[in-house]
Amino acid sequence: MNYETIIGLEVHVELKTETKIFCGCKNDSNSEPNTNVCPVCMGHPGALPVLNRQAVELALRAATALNCTINQQSKFDRKNYFYPDSPKGYQISQFDKPIGEHGYIEIEVGGEKKRIGITRLHLEEDAGKSTHAPDGSHTLVDFNRTGVPLIEIVSEPDIRTPEEARLYLEALKSIMQYCDVSDCKMEEGSLRCDANVSLRPVGETKFGNKAELKNMNSFRNVQRGLEYEVERQTAVYEEGGEVVQETRRFDEATQTTISMRSKEEAHDYRYFPEPDLVDLAIDDAWLNRVRAELPELPLAKRTRYEQELGLPAYDAGVLTADPLVAQYYERVIAENVDAKAASNWVMSDILGGLNNEGKSPAECPISPENLAGLIQEVSSGKISSKQARDVFKTMWETGKSASAIIKEQGMEQISDASVLGPILDEVLAKNEKSVADYKGGKDRALGALVGQVMKATKGKANPALVNQLLIEKIQAL
Amino acid sequence: MKITEETVSHVARLARLAMPEAERSLLAPQLNDILEYAASLQQVDLEGVPPTSHPFEQTNVLREDEVRPSLSRDAALANAPETEDGQVRVPAVLEGGTGA
Repeated sequence: MNYETIIGLEVHVELKTETKIFCGCKNDSNSEPNTNVCPVCMGHPGALPVLNRQAVELALRAATALNCTINQQSKFDRKNYFYPDSPKGYQISQFDKPIGEHGYIEIEVGGEKKRIGITRLHLEEDAGKSTHAPDGSHTLVDFNRTGVPLIEIVSEPDIRTPEEARLYLEALKSIMQYCDVSDCKMEEGSLRCDANVSLRPVGETKFGNKAELKNMNSFRNVQRGLEYEVERQTAVYEEGGEVVQETRRFDEATQTTISMRSKEEAHDYRYFPEPDLVDLAIDDAWLNRVRAELPELPLAKRTRYEQELGLPAYDAGVLTADPLVAQYYERVIAENVDAKAASNWVMSDILGGLNNEGKSPAECPISPENLAGLIQEVSSGKISSKQARDVFKTMWETGKSASAIIKEQGMEQISDASVLGPILDEVLAKNEKSVADYKGGKDRALGALVGQVMKATKGKANPALVNQLLIEKIQAL
Repeated sequence: MKITEETVSHVARLARLAMPEAERSLLAPQLNDILEYAASLQQVDLEGVPPTSHPFEQTNVLREDEVRPSLSRDAALANAPETEDGQVRVPAVLEGGTGA
């Protein structure tokens, strides 16, 4: 039988505020354990939470960028559960009035645009960080992360393949970075993803039992975890079995998923309105300002790169995925260099170098202005493209400008016919056979002559000019 | 909704309360009485009255995003029954059980 895969994703994104969502403790989970904590985030009796305006601002920005309808009347609720990383015994979240609903993200699958619906986006507080002793004897808890502002973004069950899931996450991350609401570093936990996956026979409208996948710490692993899960569930159905509704953990070592606990003990969070926080009202002025201040988003930028700069779709996609890369690229072309030449350098040499060294575009040893300078040296004919590679390497190592390096190393291409003339004459005089061969119709003989000129000039002669001058001189002989 | 002894023991378990059988059979009817009494509110005509989650009409009590001093670590951990390396030490818990 053929099965259809149904995937829904729940993504938690840590907001880039200075302080926590309900108290003035620093929003920094990497400090020494339990140094950014206070009576509010430690859940001391009588401590009262006060909502951080900037957390609301960032959530609004994210919701707007994700095309959500904004609930201008919003409120907070308590989600009750006991776990050591939650000192209050409940998490302050939003239940029936999330800040945003009914949004979508557009992805491109095999050249086709597809919309993935977003059910809701709500604000909540993060829990602390548990470290489990390797021998399973105990757990240590650090509350620095407790109360860090999060947005939870829940997708509609619109995703049909593990690849679409990865594309959705990449698009989501990119939008969040453009809006500057979060670092979105999955490996550091500032973006976390759980996935619900189920199968159903093609044509069936009811959903099958779903597995909830956790512990996937990269987009690649989300895709792999889902791929494994689709295979596993298909096998269960094909053997006539029934998929158990449960939570499963992705195991990186084996690239499989492992059952964590059965969901028969259904969660019963007993949500109720948070009595310590008054309602949130987002007036038109606030909402309109957030909308007006929204930056150009990746999809719009990508279209603009294709249409206005004439870049291929592939280039536009690569350059716009990360806002820092787009920023870098835009500073290069601001220096009036060819858009495609700049794209080539940024995509292969700059991004390649940054990836090799694990650096962010902000830490690039070559400034955008200096890269533009290098491109200009090539387009003006001062150096050849081959020389440009060497200059680039030196620029990367020293941070110097292309012109300085060219001067220092005496690399300037010789494009002056009066300088080349005598050199060519000498080469022609010494290579009568090649001259005769060329005259006799052996075009390849010209290459040998060019090679001699390059040798005599240590590779600095402008090859196109040498070619042209050689032909002229031979014909005049 | 009818509160049975099973409901009482379920809620007690969620709240991590020990609940001997004697108390369950005592509490179930009492809780039913309370709910029944509260249910009389259902008779009030609420046509045109918006639902409220708070007794106050005030909205938007917000603070600026400015760092304020936190507790010292010693003070923060003073009430923890057991600590280790500046963290609270608790019995082993299942991985990934967080509700966040």
